[in-house]
Amino acid sequence: MGNTTSTPLVFVDGFDAARPGLPGADLSWLKDIREAGIKRFNGLGLPTPKLENWKYTRLKSLEDTRFQPVTDEDGMAALDHVPSLLPDPGGRPRLVFVNGRMRPSFWIEGDLPSGVHLECLRDTLARDPDWAEAYLGRLTGDDHQALVQLNTAMMDTGFALRVDAGVVIEQPIEVVFIGGLTNRPVAYFPRNLIVLAAGAQATVVIHHVGMGIGAYFANTVTEIDIGEGARLNHYKVQAETRDATHLSTVHVNVAKDAAYEAFTLSIGGRLSRNEVSVRLEGEGARAGLNGAYLMRGSEHCDNTTVIEHLAPHTTCREIFKGVLDDQSRAVFQGKIIVRKEAQGTDGHQLCKTLLLSTGAEIDAKPELEIYADEVKCSHGATTGQIDETALFYLRSRGIPEAQARNLLVQSFVGEALDEISNEDVRHAFTDKVLHWLPAACFRSDEWRGK
Amino acid sequence: MAASTQTAQQVQELADDKYKYGFVTDIESETAPKGLNEDTVRFISAKKNEPEWLLAWRLKAFRHWLTMAEPTWAKVGFPEIDYQDSYYYSAPKGSDDGPKSLEDIDPELLATYEKLGIPLREQEFLAGVAVDAVFDSVSVATTFKSKLEEVGVIFCPISEALEKCPDLVKKYLGTVVPYTDNKHATLNSAVFTDGSFVYIPPGVRCPMELSTYFRINAKNTGQFERTLIIADKESYVSYLEGCTAPMRDENQLHAAVVELVALDDAEIKYSTVQNWYPGDENGKGGIYNFVTKRGACRGRNSKISWTQVETGSAITWKYPSCILQGDNSVGEFYSIAITNNCQQADTGTKMIHLGRNTTSKIISKGISAGRANQTYRGLVRMSPKAEGARNFTQCDSLLIGNECGAHTVPYIESKNKTAIVEHEATTSTISEDQMFYLRQRGIPPEAAVALVVNGFCREVLQQLPMEFAVEAQKLVGISLEGSVG
Repeated sequence: MGNTTSTPLVFVDGFDAARPGLPGADLSWLKDIREAGIKRFNGLGLPTPKLENWKYTRLKSLEDTRFQPVTDEDGMAALDHVPSLLPDPGGRPRLVFVNGRMRPSFWIEGDLPSGVHLECLRDTLARDPDWAEAYLGRLTGDDHQALVQLNTAMMDTGFALRVDAGVVIEQPIEVVFIGGLTNRPVAYFPRNLIVLAAGAQATVVIHHVGMGIGAYFANTVTEIDIGEGARLNHYKVQAETRDATHLSTVHVNVAKDAAYEAFTLSIGGRLSRNEVSVRLEGEGARAGLNGAYLMRGSEHCDNTTVIEHLAPHTTCREIFKGVLDDQSRAVFQGKIIVRKEAQGTDGHQLCKTLLLSTGAEIDAKPELEIYADEVKCSHGATTGQIDETALFYLRSRGIPEAQARNLLVQSFVGEALDEISNEDVRHAFTDKVLHWLPAACFRSDEWRGK
Repeated sequence: MAASTQTAQQVQELADDKYKYGFVTDIESETAPKGLNEDTVRFISAKKNEPEWLLAWRLKAFRHWLTMAEPTWAKVGFPEIDYQDSYYYSAPKGSDDGPKSLEDIDPELLATYEKLGIPLREQEFLAGVAVDAVFDSVSVATTFKSKLEEVGVIFCPISEALEKCPDLVKKYLGTVVPYTDNKHATLNSAVFTDGSFVYIPPGVRCPMELSTYFRINAKNTGQFERTLIIADKESYVSYLEGCTAPMRDENQLHAAVVELVALDDAEIKYSTVQNWYPGDENGKGGIYNFVTKRGACRGRNSKISWTQVETGSAITWKYPSCILQGDNSVGEFYSIAITNNCQQADTGTKMIHLGRNTTSKIISKGISAGRANQTYRGLVRMSPKAEGARNFTQCDSLLIGNECGAHTVPYIESKNKTAIVEHEATTSTISEDQMFYLRQRGIPPEAAVALVVNGFCREVLQQLPMEFAVEAQKLVGISLEGSVG
């Protein structure tokens, strides 16, 4: 595996220098896992298309850019407002990170019920290192994911959310990661922990957003543990700058009768990959893993998901919708694994992609791996362009072409957005999609009588 | 639960059933020395009086083969193959002169075929099928030659074609599956012993179904056929291939290559019923079926249709594919794969859309029982020039018993916005509702299972030519024996 390393790795070289400044530098157990991480990462090297799981995505931006660790100064970049996703934060709790540094001035504690602990990783490691030790790195599975290993070694930011048994948080918690605003390519490594005890409920909205211009690299790892009967809604928008590289790995454990609902909206970034692994470990566990990707220019977006059914009567639903314009490219790899024990599994996956332009490309690989017989599993995948007859129908009713196209794209993506059960979030995400669409009234030549 | 427990039981009974085609014909073979090296390649080439260019090509392939790694991406597991532990040439003795008619053929050989249910003589008169029977690498009988010659169709062993029409062979051999393609195909290029050659002249509709039965007989002999079918402009041919092998304990390697070329407005229909020995219920023995099949729709409006019924082999590694180069060309893939006991199958297709308005259709039905594992692996690629191309894929898997596995791994790559790709896949078991419905109408459980499975496969069975449909249905029946009652 060592030969997959294609570039001298600045991260490995810079590890020793960066170490003293990383959170929890005085914890010996953390020191050990960081060292193991960098060693393993050095052995694995960056993933290349030679690995089946990376067949369609090449980390070109990491090969051709020399990223440097962020400094406190980068974290203090001038910012006059926070690009909040939800309209008026009001009493909603909110955490804001700029280039990986938490900005206390933008922090809204909100009215969180007691039994909820929300803080940045650095604080957790300082205040409750034992709890962090118990969870950190516990859910990331085997050590074959090079980017997870790199994150483990370098993790310098992120947050921890801990909800005690039976506590229900009504308000969505928003976490904003702002990137950019630096004059050199920087890298930061958020590590997030979300732990819901039995019967707890929470909604977390993660907003990765780029400001200004500039190349940066965000390598995020999120570990989520959902206790018996608990429910987590986990929504994410990724709207990085067009030079940014966004790599995210999520590992989720879902216990008996618990539910995990996720939506990932990708609308920006030179290169992005969202890799999600969900383990349905307890009987009756449910997962809804949905998303949409809207790409233009020469952006590249990769959504790779694995849902593993390990217990009887577990269900999963997965809907991904993609819209690709210009020369953009998207990858969807979705795998559903049903282990022998998972009798009575119900799994459904759908991936649809619209190609708006010549030059856009979609590579889809929906995959079923099934070892149990009492199952109902299916997947579907389609690619194509906007339906000409639907377009004709709308135009015959006097709707200008550009606007009709927008309507059709909107309704296409809408099928996935409908899966978001939180209404505020669904509206916010729909707005994001609408903003992405070309401004129809300025584009329609025929409307101007040309 | 009751239904599936029962089904599992039936499958178990089935497993206990002895392989009914397992017998060995005792014929002296004239074999090349064991092992594989350049001398083996030269031996085979000399044995067949091949032209210089072919030997050179074989050697090129062999040298390339030495540098190649075993493909490991398929979801199959088997011990490493010792290529030196096999014989690469074995011909029934006395075949050097070639049989002039059926009477010249070893009666024991004919009896073998008869046990398989393909009496040559009967077929000659009744079925109207020309059989180019390959018995351990050398063709022993070719019937209906004269009738085919009348219309100009060339249907003969490839070694004979090298004498008769060397230019045609030279022009097309290795152009669809190059000698560098994959380890198994490269090995075949180096050591292929025989196989069929078909050429349909322009405007000719082949008057009968062409059929070849392949047999693996001599112990420790890999079977390396090479089939080349060329359908010239506006021609049509339907080709049937059936495989059955006697029972053996060692794993036998079968690495065949099939190349199809369809020119303007031509159509090739290629049907396979593969029933090699699958090994016993513990996975001992059986054939390794590593086959490279590929068709090139070179001409406009050409069509290639693959139909396969895969019930045998310990391991099946097979992806009949279509390269749709010509505008408006059509590729089709219909497949039934049944795996039982410890069988492993990794099969599927590739549809490479290059021309405008090319269309492809993939219907795959997999049935997995016992401890078998089965994978559908397919690729649909829409190249930037494939304006208006269209694909529809449907893969369904049926699981019988809770120790088997069924996997679906489709790859979809689209670089053209006007191309439409649709893929659907389902995995399920025979539902209790279905069983209850049939049983309450007085249908015994075994027959009910057979009914459901036959219904499940119907779409593909319908694609088979008449001559084969009967045998294929019989095979599906055998696979479900004990449940058909």
